[in-house]
Amino acid sequence: MTRERTVNLVLLLLVPAAALAAQAIGETFYVTLATRIAILALAATGLNIALGLGGLVSFGHAAFFGIGGYAAGILATHAFNQEPLLFGLPGSKQMLVIWLTSLVASGLVAAVIGAISLRTSGVYFIMITLAFAQMIYYFAISWPAYGGEDGLSLYVRNSFPGLNTLDPMTFFLICYGLLVLGLLVFATLRASRFGTALQASRQNPTRVAAVGITPYRIRLVAFILSGMVTAIAGALYADLNRFVSPSMLSWHMSGELIVLIILGGTGRLFGPLAGAILYILFEFVLGGLTESWQLFLGLILLGVVLFARGGLIGLLAGKERHG
Amino acid sequence: MAEPVLDIRSLKKSFGAVVATDGVSLDLREGEIHALIGPNGAGKSTLIHQIAGTIRPDSGEIRFLGQDIGTLGVAERARLGLGRTFQVSSLAHEFSALRNVMLAVQGSQGSSFRFFRPVMDDASLKEPAMAALERVGLANRAGIPAAELSHGERRQLEIAIALALGSRAFLLDEPMAGMGPEGSQALTAFLDGLRQEAPILLVEHDMEAVFALADRISVLVYGRVIATGSVEEIRNNPTVREAYLGEPA
Ligand SMILES: Nc1ncnc2c1ncn2[C@@H]1O[C@H](COP(=O)(O)OP(=O)(O)O)[C@@H](O)[C@H]1O
Ligand SMILES: [Mg+2]
Repeated sequence: MTRERTVNLVLLLLVPAAALAAQAIGETFYVTLATRIAILALAATGLNIALGLGGLVSFGHAAFFGIGGYAAGILATHAFNQEPLLFGLPGSKQMLVIWLTSLVASGLVAAVIGAISLRTSGVYFIMITLAFAQMIYYFAISWPAYGGEDGLSLYVRNSFPGLNTLDPMTFFLICYGLLVLGLLVFATLRASRFGTALQASRQNPTRVAAVGITPYRIRLVAFILSGMVTAIAGALYADLNRFVSPSMLSWHMSGELIVLIILGGTGRLFGPLAGAILYILFEFVLGGLTESWQLFLGLILLGVVLFARGGLIGLLAGKERHG
Repeated sequence: MAEPVLDIRSLKKSFGAVVATDGVSLDLREGEIHALIGPNGAGKSTLIHQIAGTIRPDSGEIRFLGQDIGTLGVAERARLGLGRTFQVSSLAHEFSALRNVMLAVQGSQGSSFRFFRPVMDDASLKEPAMAALERVGLANRAGIPAAELSHGERRQLEIAIALALGSRAFLLDEPMAGMGPEGSQALTAFLDGLRQEAPILLVEHDMEAVFALADRISVLVYGRVIATGSVEEIRNNPTVREAYLGEPA
């Protein structure tokens, strides 16, 4: 087993182990913390497809996170009020329906944003993805039907067939299961023909075109898949907090996801999980000591960018070896 | 006579005040090596870029296999069978030599929207890629990341990639540059046989290689073709000797 695999395995087991231990001593607060880690890691795993594999620095992934959140909030509200949603279709309190809706909605929005943004690159790409996400953010703020600025509360957590989602441990396991699924998607993509073309498009788009592959189309599909994975995390986040608000769509959220990935290791399979663990720990430990914990986070981030380009995974497992 | 594989007519390209391509017409016929020589800055690379599609000409026509390819993008031209190498190696530097060539096989198969099967277990990519590496003598370096290959090995890898594309014509921009005498000799022997597979437009400074290989030579100076002819004709052409070979007429 390579060193990276060992590190990955430890990380993979660490979070559920911590959650189970917390459950055993009756500290469900920590189970919730572990759930947040899983959800943020899933959101960042989505972004890692675009950013890590494709080198597409999207500063607008909060849009997809928020779309997932609002899908959960809106469907649940309609189901609760027994009001039809669109075309006479009812709302739903089923997570499976909500996830599917999140996937479709975020996929469509990502197709539009990506089709336009991917005509640019570098700083322009960063700015245009930010601009799109901000448009959606302001739209949510000014949309009174779903709470506007105040957001939208879910009366009760949505349900999953055969499981009691109100139980914190059960909900954690649902989130963690989806994270593992997200990691599998990432790993499968990365090793595939598509992933090869995507990574090569980051390394050298001129070379990719010269062998007959159009980087734009590869990147667009990657951007869509990336947004879809992040949207699922958003739906889970809404269920965790039983609340959705425009803050899920704000640029802070987009920035947080990028920070997670850089902390953990850009493009590494377990980078997002490592980053999410670090981020939540910083928030929890430093946040308890000082109001300005994000200043310290900023300093740490600076240190990582300057001295440990591979993030935590790079530090523990060394440089990545591609095929 | 059959239509040439590649036919360039009255091509023009300026960068601001610099006229890099000034009404160039030349063609490439089945089975031949057509060498393009000329001093630095004559516009050789710019011409290759325009044929491959990485630079758009201001005017003129490029026909490949009987088709006007002027409006096609780089990737479309590559899929039609234009295999080019870059003067400065242009590779996916994190990937191994093998995976670089596998990418080309994948490109030639037109099959990049496959999301599940790991490429490293895929014999339909690996076998042709290994075969191409073997032909250029790089098989023993297959697993090495492109970034860690020597300069000469990267030049070989560029050629393996063009082979793996199943090219119908090769555009080689100074493939011998920086290769050392042994490497140049091996490559000369290899290109000699390669012309049977597909014709080669060869930009090269190594005159020994050019005179050994070329069926025809075109001389480019300040963006213009000042002469085209056989090795003998070019060697004895007074204008060429003066303008390029640096001898008094
Ligand atoms: N992208 C560019 N922008 C501006 N000038 C260029 C560009 N590419 C090439 N040139 C100019 O065009 C001329 C031809 O360059 P090039 O085709 O590289 O010559 P060669 O390959 O024959 O040495 C040179 O004067 C060069 O400076
Ligand atoms: Mg040149």
